Amino acid sequence: MQSSALDNQTAVYHAAETAHGHHGHPDHRIFGIIVFLIAEAMIFLGLFSAYLTFRAVAPTWPPEGTPELELLLPGVNTIILIGSSFVIHNADTAIKKNDVKGLQLWFGITAAMGAIFLVGQLYEYFHLEFGLTTNLFASTFYVLTGFHGLHVLFGLVLILAVLWRSLKSGHYSNTSHFGVEAAEIYWHFVDVVWIVLFILLYLLK
Amino acid sequence: MTQVIQEETGQAPILGHTPESKRNWRKYFTFSTDHKVIGIQYLVSSFFFYLVGGALATAIRTELATPDVDFVSREVYNGLFTVHATVMIFLWIVPAATGAFGNYLIPLLIGARDMAFPKLNAVAFWMIPPGGILLLCSFFVGAPGAGWTSYPPLSLVVNKPGEAIWILSVLLLGTSSILGAVNFLVTLLKMRAPGMTLNKMPLFCWAMLATSALILLSTPVLAGALILLAFDLIVGTAFFNPVGGGNPIVYQHMFWFYSHPAVYIMILPIFGLISEILPVHARKPIFGYKAIAYSSLAISFLGLIVWAHHMFTSGTPPWLRMFFMINTMIIAVPTGIKIWSWLATLWGGKLRLNSALLFGMGFLSMFVIGGISGVMLAAVPFDIHVHDTYFVVAHLHYVLFGGSVFGLYAATYHWFPKMSGRMANETLGRIHFALTFIGFNLAFLPMHKLGLEGMNRRIAEYDPKFATLNFVCTVGTYILAVSTFPFLFNMVWSIYKGVRAPSNPWSGLTFEWLTTSPPPVENFEVDPVLTIGPYEYGTEEAKEVVAAGPVLAMVASGLAKA
Repeated sequence: MQSSALDNQTAVYHAAETAHGHHGHPDHRIFGIIVFLIAEAMIFLGLFSAYLTFRAVAPTWPPEGTPELELLLPGVNTIILIGSSFVIHNADTAIKKNDVKGLQLWFGITAAMGAIFLVGQLYEYFHLEFGLTTNLFASTFYVLTGFHGLHVLFGLVLILAVLWRSLKSGHYSNTSHFGVEAAEIYWHFVDVVWIVLFILLYLLK
Repeated sequence: MTQVIQEETGQAPILGHTPESKRNWRKYFTFSTDHKVIGIQYLVSSFFFYLVGGALATAIRTELATPDVDFVSREVYNGLFTVHATVMIFLWIVPAATGAFGNYLIPLLIGARDMAFPKLNAVAFWMIPPGGILLLCSFFVGAPGAGWTSYPPLSLVVNKPGEAIWILSVLLLGTSSILGAVNFLVTLLKMRAPGMTLNKMPLFCWAMLATSALILLSTPVLAGALILLAFDLIVGTAFFNPVGGGNPIVYQHMFWFYSHPAVYIMILPIFGLISEILPVHARKPIFGYKAIAYSSLAISFLGLIVWAHHMFTSGTPPWLRMFFMINTMIIAVPTGIKIWSWLATLWGGKLRLNSALLFGMGFLSMFVIGGISGVMLAAVPFDIHVHDTYFVVAHLHYVLFGGSVFGLYAATYHWFPKMSGRMANETLGRIHFALTFIGFNLAFLPMHKLGLEGMNRRIAEYDPKFATLNFVCTVGTYILAVSTFPFLFNMVWSIYKGVRAPSNPWSGLTFEWLTTSPPPVENFEVDPVLTIGPYEYGTEEAKEVVAAGPVLAMVASGLAKA
């Protein structure tokens, strides 16, 4: 097969002429984000495992004298964050129908819900009866929720960036909406991490 | 006959791009998104840090030439070995093995024009210089002195500012490594040339697939551990500090969950490079392609479940030690499969004993010694006796120097003509090999005996009964230090004055040899199509492919269109 091809000089020149015809760089960004989120998930898994080991090894958990955690505010917060995952999905459906107004509406609502979550978390921080260095439980509580909170903040920035860009007409359409999908995937990820975190810190006795 | 230099084929001028040799050297100091520029940026900067790490090693051995503390103070000595290890691991072997050769070779080997995310690639590279400079600057405030493992509580009490700098630096370098791995995985899985199924990829690609998976799964856990350690160090929490109710063993688990796989991150790409180099210079097909490919995946998986063999003396319960001991020993199986496959590849081949193959064979012999002492250390009863002695130091240097560094040298000689467009000097290469081989064995072979006799590592002074062997080690280190000069001179001189390299000086069959030396921007004039396996040496078809040179890619592409 190879030898016949080598004789075929026409094929050679034909190929050389069309060489610059296909410079298309295929888009692998969504796949890249999913691969990157595996790494993100591993940081959280590492921190969760550390938390579970601290728990398992400690004679009493939480350590003596740790005040009980209030469930009402974080419970409402959890419902808001989980709800926002459904809300943001509507934006994806909207942009696939080329509905930019719908995209803006649903992203706006998601951003508001994310902001409420963050404010709620800050409110909780200021009203808790323990601080970062009170004991091992307190430290893990603040570092885990804080690290997750930073991720929510980053997701919020992503959503606001997409909203800002969507103001320019024609930036997102049913065929080109990488930013929308990226922000949505990230938001779902942050949401799932919170569910695990909530169970570990608040519900696990 | 040591090298086959063939003439350029007549058709070569129809390749119209500006050759890379015409480009400005300043390009290497910019935020370039070309994977070949980035690969060379990685290679040169990591080699710079190798020289720094080597200078630190020379200082360590100078201190250890005599049993007394006479060259540097104990505190400075602690800083020397801590920074030496950190530089060699995070700034030399990891970036050179994955960043340099991964970036330079992967798109060429799979017939792609660049990596999947060129900008991200440049971002990942440009985290290396600040990370490295930051680490070296720690000497101005008192270098971190708790060893490269930074075990708390020791790391929480000695040289706190230096320790904080160490954490920041390793976090930066780790992030760079993760971003690189994302790029490698996506590129390998999504951008292969038409016709190149996973099972037709060159073996370096398999090795990088396994390595990237390991980086992605393990490095983030180290980041988690370092974040918690930073809180303990700076804010005063007590995650790992027993004084505040914390648990230092948890740090060890998190640390080794990364740092054991890190050993494979540093050796799997080298395995891949060796699998590319041996068949070309033995003029034979690789023996056991699938066995080598899948054993990389097996090592990668097993590498994730052996970490606690570093903690046999940390109060790990006996049943758990048994689990980790058996897993660790099982790793010898896929590794052995590779070693035997490489030996079978060399067996009966028409060997070209040039610098690349000499270092390749040096790798094989030295790595086997490191592998065998590794199996010894995996046995709990043996490990408990030699833990924290020079036996461990000897073992890890046979793996990381005898393995990784020999492999990196082999790869540098092998791909130097492709990267620079010039041939390296063969005589200087052989002098370099001889000096490295002798110096390396003088420096590290006696450490096995020192360790078995009970000499502790990481201590600036030792019992005078160890003096003779330590002196031998120091002499070996000086020879190693000298051995880098013929290499450096060879590289710099050959870039400017070396014989011009043809596109395929070694008559190789992988895609990178089918484009010009150095390759044009975007690598191939037309996207290549796989028509012959990467290792089918000794066939009539292979001769034709080699004779066709850079034209082949076009022929194949023309065929695909026809």
